[in-house]
Amino acid sequence: MSRRKTERLLSLVVCLLSTRRYLTAEQIREAVGVYPDQPEAFKRMFERDKEELRELGIPLETGRVSPLDEEEAGYRIRRQAYELPEIRLEPDEAAVLGLAARVWRHAELAGAAAGALLKLRAAGIDTSGADGAASQGIEPRVHTDEPAFGPLWQAVRDRRPVTFAYWAAGRGEPQRRNLEPWGVVNRRGRWYVAGMDTDRGAVRVFRLSRIEGPVTLSGPPGSVTVPEGTDVREVVRSWDRAAPQRRTALLRVRHGAGYGLRRHAAGKQDGSQGSGEHTGPAGGWDEITVPFADVMWFAEHVASYGADVVVVDPPDLREAVISKLKGALA
Amino acid sequence: MSRGQQGGPRTSRGQKAGEGARAGQPATSAERLRRLLALVPYVVSRETAGLAETAAAFGVSERELVDDLNMLWCVELRDPYPYCPIDLSYEGGEIVISQAESIGRPLRLAVDEASALLVALRMLAEVPGLEDRSALSRLIAKLEAAAGEAAAPSAQVAVHVDPPDGDGVVAKVREAVARRRRVHMRYYVPGRDEATERDVDPMRLLVVEGRAYLEGWCRRAEAVRLFRLDRILGLTVLDVPASVPAGAEPVDVDQGLFRPSPDDVHVVLDVSAPGRWVAEYYPCESVEELGDGRLRIHLRTPDTRWVRRLMLRLGEDGAVIAPAALRAQVREDASAALAQYAAT
Repeated sequence: MSRRKTERLLSLVVCLLSTRRYLTAEQIREAVGVYPDQPEAFKRMFERDKEELRELGIPLETGRVSPLDEEEAGYRIRRQAYELPEIRLEPDEAAVLGLAARVWRHAELAGAAAGALLKLRAAGIDTSGADGAASQGIEPRVHTDEPAFGPLWQAVRDRRPVTFAYWAAGRGEPQRRNLEPWGVVNRRGRWYVAGMDTDRGAVRVFRLSRIEGPVTLSGPPGSVTVPEGTDVREVVRSWDRAAPQRRTALLRVRHGAGYGLRRHAAGKQDGSQGSGEHTGPAGGWDEITVPFADVMWFAEHVASYGADVVVVDPPDLREAVISKLKGALA
Repeated sequence: MSRGQQGGPRTSRGQKAGEGARAGQPATSAERLRRLLALVPYVVSRETAGLAETAAAFGVSERELVDDLNMLWCVELRDPYPYCPIDLSYEGGEIVISQAESIGRPLRLAVDEASALLVALRMLAEVPGLEDRSALSRLIAKLEAAAGEAAAPSAQVAVHVDPPDGDGVVAKVREAVARRRRVHMRYYVPGRDEATERDVDPMRLLVVEGRAYLEGWCRRAEAVRLFRLDRILGLTVLDVPASVPAGAEPVDVDQGLFRPSPDDVHVVLDVSAPGRWVAEYYPCESVEELGDGRLRIHLRTPDTRWVRRLMLRLGEDGAVIAPAALRAQVREDASAALAQYAAT
């Protein structure tokens, strides 16, 4: 069954590529030869076959067979639209191509990367050097563990709106969101989708791991317009970027501890001070100033250092840390 | 008489059409058609290709490949008289396609295909210190040109690469990996809030999810370890050859970078809605919804010091359920910290 279907589809592609003029369904049936004679059965099978070719990315064109006949549709595949343009690669380019194809291994676009590689090899490109010097000792990967990645990429690609349930930070239950997605971006190992939240009438960024359940396509292809000049990477970056750090904290940090804070300390304290062998007396303390933006977030960060870091100033930060610690004690 | 009723193209092996064995999973009609359409240009662009090497390039057995070739050879159209548009032979194990008619060139790249490669290449191009940058940008330009319109949606997917500090750590690591040299580094371990000094024999540079890691044999831990490049406080390439023990197993990057081990401590945490991020941020064994946005999280870890720090951070939004000793430690940590505030 499957074999006969492959044979039929292959003949159909060759037939439609071999013609310059549009062929009617009947002409195609005769040329390909293996379609059923019964008109209804042929029509159904031909419709399915056309759909199958389109899914493979084969540019099947529909047009009028003759200018006098408005009814009869004809079909053809234009070679120029079908064929991969000439592409030649230098050996070093072919080597990084192999590296790029490995990025998606086992992830959502793995099949697509393999398909692309197959076509490029078919165009005469030799990728056997991909395991050579250029890619040695380097292993790139991107994972797409979030189930929402596949449907969101399709939605972005086909410009379709989506709806999904989303756990906003700190909420007790997920909420339904309606989004015109503009793009998906991986930042610090997490996937985000950015776009127009149509309920709120504003640009929003969502983390894919917080999407609960299925992502449903809620409109036809082409119905989403990405505003001209939109840089989705920039949208996600500016959303993710911390607020300007306008305040400073004065902290007492025990020798040999608090590296995560020392690295951000004002002045030249990059963590070398007080590390390993103590520069001061054992059990001694350094005072450092660290910029911060959000009291609650920074209080959590400082609290995580326990008895190794003490807030001297400002008082609201000090209170927030004490309250965090009391919470952990409860 | 059509070709389908004949024996098959000239062959030294005598396989007949329709005998194709299926190694592994059977391909769907669509997958097989994709392969058939690539097979003809693959051979045509090389003038001739060996059966064995072609089968390997397409990831099929030689029997499957021969079956594909027979199927291509059997294509017959009527225009209006029957003719066979594809002629080929694989005599002596060498494929030659003498007539390929209309399918001599591969099909254009689909949007997904162009995107998969372009997104990956743009990510690689952002990794600082990769010396193949010029090859990367030339390849990106060529693929964009070849893909045409299909390249456009790839701009809507991106993997952001964290730029590490300006010390050129990536370049130094690349050099050490390529020249097989030992490195000395100061490395920050946030889970323990420690800056550690260690010698490492580099194995690979991993770029996973836009983050760069050095994989190497840590001579301090006497084990394979991953070091995040943005946590390296300083690195020197030593004039000592790297010596990675023969038994050192590289990390299986496809299984996730951090795998629990059976010796790990089993930790159970409850978090309320503001602490749900914990389940996304750390590799968890299982996560249960408790209602009202609360979660019960099970995880395994060789070192619970980071969990203690996490609990201080969570405050009232988190609680250790098990083990009891860890719960007691967190209380001690919190009271020791509060004692500092009482004293000042």
